[in-house]
Amino acid sequence: MTTATSTGNPTSWDELTVGAAAAPFVDQPLTVTDFVRYQGASGDMNPIHHDDGFARAAGFPGPFAVGMLQMGVLGSYVTAWLGAENVRKLAVQFREQAWPGDVLTYAGTVAARREENGAHLVDLDVIVTRQTGGTHLKGTATFVVPA
Amino acid sequence: MAAKPFTMDVEAGKVREFAKAVKASNPEQLADDRPISTPTFLMASAFWQGPDNAPTMRSDLDLSRLLHGGQEFIFHGPPPRAGTRLTGQTRTDRTYTKEGRRGGAMTFTETVTEYRDEAGTLVAEARSTLIITSQPPAEGA
Repeated sequence: MTTATSTGNPTSWDELTVGAAAAPFVDQPLTVTDFVRYQGASGDMNPIHHDDGFARAAGFPGPFAVGMLQMGVLGSYVTAWLGAENVRKLAVQFREQAWPGDVLTYAGTVAARREENGAHLVDLDVIVTRQTGGTHLKGTATFVVPA
Repeated sequence: MAAKPFTMDVEAGKVREFAKAVKASNPEQLADDRPISTPTFLMASAFWQGPDNAPTMRSDLDLSRLLHGGQEFIFHGPPPRAGTRLTGQTRTDRTYTKEGRRGGAMTFTETVTEYRDEAGTLVAEARSTLIITSQPPAEGA
């Protein structure tokens, strides 16, 4: 299984300047199996993400990706980069739907850095794009940067 | 308008199952001993919530017209580890209507769920924006 790994990325306060970025994560093509595994794990069994007949009856060409799966992979990507314990916010807006076969790229860039009550915080701009260049989702994340 | 609180046990097996589904690679999220939940893990609270606990979980909801417009998680410290017992409570924050870009009314509902630990400390908040469309949605996920 391909996972959202991260090595050699900027992680210290000195390195995490505005504009600093992690290496993007290009995932394997999306499959309905990915959707089903996520739906089983999360408890959201909306058939529109795995039942072809249901999706077509609703006016779609077929099942489409569960947005929360990609937000979840994004969460894995940013916590592989800056630490599982250090995340303080992850927020996204969903844009274009993603479809089975899509190759999605996950990316994050430091948008701001600040100190609050003695803690170092970085705010990231995060984005997930399709192979077409279209935006699947975009948002922001905040991490504490340990001293 | 707040729904009834619910109890959510953050279980190691569920944390790992969820972490694998979202392709986690951080060993702390996959550990045998008290793994840290991944940032979107609180979505799994669906397993601990019934209709009394979730204002938008209605049996008459038309899933073919439901879109997830946005989602936010805020953590007031590290995300919860396996072994934590959380109490969650969901409220409807606001509801509003917009015209879709391709026509048709879209009804937005924003809910907020607050999660507290056994000491009553607020540890996390989840904000969901759900959209009900009047025709097959062409945007969002």
